[in-house]
Amino acid sequence: MAADIAPVNLPQTRPDSDSAEAIVVFKDVSITFDIKPVLQNISFIVQRGETRIILGPAGGGKSVLMKLANGLIRPDTGTIRIFGEDITKMQETDLFKLRERIGMVFQESALFDSLSVEDNVAYRLHEEHVPEEEAHNRVIEALRFVELEQTIAKFPSELSGGMRRRVSIARAIIAKPDLILYDSPTGGLDPITSTTIVELVIKQRDVTHTTSLVITHRLQDAFLMARNRFNEQTGKIEPIPNGGIDDSTKFLVLNEGRVVFDGTTHELVHTSDPWLKEYLS
Amino acid sequence: MPFVSPESFAKQTIASVQDYSILCWRAVANLFSRPRYWADIYTQMDSIGVGSMPIVVLTGFFTGCVLALQSATSLEAFGSVSLTGNLVALSMVKELGPVLTGLMVSGRNASGMASEIGSMKVTEQIDAMRALGTDPVRKLVTPRLYATVFMLFFLTIVSDAVGIAGGALVSVTLMGLNASSYFHNSYRALQYGDVVQGLTKPLFSGFIIATVGCYFGMTTKGGTQGVGKATTQAVVYSSVFIIIVDFIVSRAMIGIFGR
Repeated sequence: MAADIAPVNLPQTRPDSDSAEAIVVFKDVSITFDIKPVLQNISFIVQRGETRIILGPAGGGKSVLMKLANGLIRPDTGTIRIFGEDITKMQETDLFKLRERIGMVFQESALFDSLSVEDNVAYRLHEEHVPEEEAHNRVIEALRFVELEQTIAKFPSELSGGMRRRVSIARAIIAKPDLILYDSPTGGLDPITSTTIVELVIKQRDVTHTTSLVITHRLQDAFLMARNRFNEQTGKIEPIPNGGIDDSTKFLVLNEGRVVFDGTTHELVHTSDPWLKEYLS
Repeated sequence: MPFVSPESFAKQTIASVQDYSILCWRAVANLFSRPRYWADIYTQMDSIGVGSMPIVVLTGFFTGCVLALQSATSLEAFGSVSLTGNLVALSMVKELGPVLTGLMVSGRNASGMASEIGSMKVTEQIDAMRALGTDPVRKLVTPRLYATVFMLFFLTIVSDAVGIAGGALVSVTLMGLNASSYFHNSYRALQYGDVVQGLTKPLFSGFIIATVGCYFGMTTKGGTQGVGKATTQAVVYSSVFIIIVDFIVSRAMIGIFGR
């Protein structure tokens, strides 16, 4: 049966993956908090359909980079282009429009604790005045994707950490965004729950081929994403045959606010950089 | 605790005033453009207005009672106990009603706004709101601002009314005054300028309560400890500002109406 499934790394499954359209472009981006430089001269490009895993030790500026990508904070120098638009010079009101095309999963879920799961997931739909019945159906669909349909009437405080993270993913994907930003979706979770979350990220990657940035500090999560694919027939995650790797998944490694690696999984595992070798070991 | 240099203190203060001014301007201006969150405005009106009724009624009533009790002692020395109604009405409508209502609502709601918005800030809910394409100032601050200004106006009227009623209760039951004469004197004592003065103050107080409470909430840093600090600062600053602005408005009104 595996032969019937087009491997996720084959170009024909991703019509847009070969196009040179850059979705996220960082060029010489630097930011300093108080007197401490957090990011220094960061430059990288994420193409349409690409999943970019951002690795690095804690305190390396990964979350700041994610907030910069969504325009939640502005850099001191450099330019950031999202969907071809320079967001560093954009008015906040224009950024709200742009963010309608971006889904974001926060480190601590950041669910609205005074709203139910349904209202949290449907937040953006309610803002867009989508009819109640349609919004409800789309919430069910999004919650089904993260396998949490039964929690629709619950409040965030009644959910476990992993469930909150999954609801947060449902909230990010409900509007079918063109770019998804996952800020440490597995942070603070036990290994089993982390794997569940990573599998959802893989499922989202392979079902919708949405461009995404994924922060993680767990190497096993990163390589799980690079070496596995979602089988739509079985509905399960499985290793890519013959030890293959997902072509659309690339890596960016940050250390002390600087890019120390920007490339493919293959390049990463065959790196000659001593610091990177030690980090990966 | 390290000492802060005068230069950085001055810079921080000016930056805070600038941020506060920008927040106030955006909160006011947001009502004149879409989207408008009317449901949130009504919810806040209920929470701030109806929710504050018990404390405002109790404060106003007992202030009126004690005012009558205390003033009667002084007025007795001049044989003018019958003027208790004048004194209670003027004091309540011009000064105590607006100021005490402002302070009580500040204690209840400025703290509530700072802690609620502050908690949202430290748990990244404000960032999540921005990431979902919603302006947090429009969604959280503007409804609180307009709801507070609108409801404080009516809460002050309630406070004035129950204060005068409390004064009447004490005057009639404890001092043996005639109820009709008390209310007649109260009514006669009040002039147009007094009422305008008393009802202008809550507009300023409401603005201060909401903007200060929301400002400290939106600038909260440092986890739960930061939320506690923001809450305390919101109550302290809004209370002090209410009293300062009360003085300024009183002086301006005396200049306009001559009393």
